Amino acid sequence: MKNQTEKSSFEGLSPAEIQEINAEISEYEDKMAVSTEALKIIQKHRRWVSDECLVAVAELLELSPAHLEGVATFDNLIYRQPVGKTVIHYCNSVTCWMLGSDQVRERLCRHLDVELGEMSADGEYTILPIVCLGACDHAPVVMVGDELRLDITEDAVNEILGR
Amino acid sequence: MDKWDKPLTKNIRSERAFATLTDYRKTGGYQGMRKAITELRPKEVQQWVKDAGLRGRGGAGFSTGLKWSLVPMGYNGATDAHQTRYLVANADEMEPGAFKDRLLLEQDPHQLLEGMIIAAYAIQANIAYIFMRGEYHLAAKRVENALQEARTEGYLGKHILQSDFNLEIYLHTSAGRYICGEETALINALEGKRANPRAKPPFTVVSGLWGKPTVVNNVETLCNVPHILQNGVEWYRGLGRGSDTGTKLFGASGRLKYPGLWELPMGTPIREIIEEHAGGMRDGYKLRGLLPGGASTGFLLPEHLDVLMDYDAVAKAGSRLGTGTMIILDDKTCPVRMLLNIEEFFAQESCGWCTPCRDGLPWTVTLLRDIIAGRGRIEDLDTLAGLTRMLGPGNTFCALAPGAMEPLQGALKFFREDFEQYIPGKLAAGGED
Ligand SMILES: Cc1cc2nc3c(=O)[nH]c(=O)nc-3n(C[C@H](O)[C@H](O)[C@H](O)COP(=O)(O)O)c2cc1C
Ligand code: SF4
Ligand code: FES
Repeated sequence: MKNQTEKSSFEGLSPAEIQEINAEISEYEDKMAVSTEALKIIQKHRRWVSDECLVAVAELLELSPAHLEGVATFDNLIYRQPVGKTVIHYCNSVTCWMLGSDQVRERLCRHLDVELGEMSADGEYTILPIVCLGACDHAPVVMVGDELRLDITEDAVNEILGR
Repeated sequence: MDKWDKPLTKNIRSERAFATLTDYRKTGGYQGMRKAITELRPKEVQQWVKDAGLRGRGGAGFSTGLKWSLVPMGYNGATDAHQTRYLVANADEMEPGAFKDRLLLEQDPHQLLEGMIIAAYAIQANIAYIFMRGEYHLAAKRVENALQEARTEGYLGKHILQSDFNLEIYLHTSAGRYICGEETALINALEGKRANPRAKPPFTVVSGLWGKPTVVNNVETLCNVPHILQNGVEWYRGLGRGSDTGTKLFGASGRLKYPGLWELPMGTPIREIIEEHAGGMRDGYKLRGLLPGGASTGFLLPEHLDVLMDYDAVAKAGSRLGTGTMIILDDKTCPVRMLLNIEEFFAQESCGWCTPCRDGLPWTVTLLRDIIAGRGRIEDLDTLAGLTRMLGPGNTFCALAPGAMEPLQGALKFFREDFEQYIPGKLAAGGED
């Protein structure tokens, strides 16, 4: 589902976005190298990358939108659909799976009454699966926004969702 | 000078704390760099690391010093100042079951930077990148902070330690996928392209980032380097217990009493890691098997507990040391379902570039799902075995697919009855359906 209101209200990249993207460029031989970082900067400001944003970033970096789309759709952490204020990634790789990631997913989705990838009705959360978060000795593991949370129990899920 | 038996983690006190620049220097930090830059020539540094026997901790175990020595350095060993070379630290850690580089990045970031400075000096690279997976937010913050400190101290920038060596290190955070950790895919990702692997040859040491000679090394590999320079080759060689040298971060996850990560001598027996360090299995569970080095390594069985965790010994037992972080299969987890989880990961993370992998991995997943759903036929097990050959080494463009087949191959042999019990009319020991 694309957010329709985004289309009509898009007024180009903000000066802050452009400045942050330009600051990255000096680190590389070629502008193309900031493709992913530019998309992440957009997400920092807007949570997700709309079609209009993608085209605007491509123009700024002098790339074809098709090239940038190729990168955007390849990357796990670039969202091409609206997401909630906080994205909760739950690890579904092997150790977390053995130690209960299916239950963690069910609890998260049930509490928020959402399917994976959907935004909760209040716009606060989106639940997504993620591959091994590099903390398997503390499985099951979730990442709440930028923060890694270890040894997830039922109580921990309630606490994360603040209820 | 103190000589540590746990050089990589000596500054790490608890899971919460991290080593500041002061902590790092207190235990000899940045002295290896000083020695390299002020006393040794680049080729000599390469030779030290080669003689120390350091092998890549990213999974393949290639000699680090040898890799560096393959970088074209100009005529007669004299450095051609006009030739751009790059160093990249691979901090993409995404293999299921692997959780070692995150610790090094978060808790002692200066150790990585010092290792990178020495490595860059050894290959005369003036620009280096740290390619870090996007999920490692805390690591990114700590490394960025350490980079600032290193610049302020003059460890980075122009004329490092009044020499004519210049170096800048940049942190690049990815948003990517497992395949971004494969070194040629990583280079494409760093250039801002889709992360498909590149054909080899040419190898990256000759033609990598923007066509320039590029060394890609794992985080843990680079973290070993300062200690070799600081304490010497003989000391380093003496740390290993088997045929390999140095220490290694070993981990174990699954239904253990104390899953965790420990720095131990290379060549520590598997039994010691599981029984002493991880405290054995949780009550009520028995060890059924293990993947010694992450999801892309083959199964070992309880009879292999006395195998030493080093490259050659694990290979001889029929698996791979990989990342050195093992995944434990207990007797109450179904190996077929565990495999399904693992193959779903690889099918999802395949970059889709070559046909055997793009089509073969989803097919593997479908077969496993059908078997578990009770729709399998006994011939499916032969088909799966055929797939492990079809997707094996030499038939695909990169090592992702062969890695995906390693756990499946052993499982079909060791856990055949677990597969068969799902197949209608084939219940083991002639039971009912
Ligand atoms: C699919 C795939 C994923 C990989 N992921 C990583 C990774 O996340 N980190 C890493 O250091 N090496 C990874 N490697 C290995 C790298 O290609 C490369 O061998 C390694 O970074 C070299 O460093 P080393 O010699 O210091 O081990 C991966 C390889 C493959 C085939
Ligand atoms: S083996 Fe898989 S991941 Fe590697 S190049 Fe082929 S399709 Fe891509
Ligand atoms: S498997 Fe979940 S953190 Fe590694």
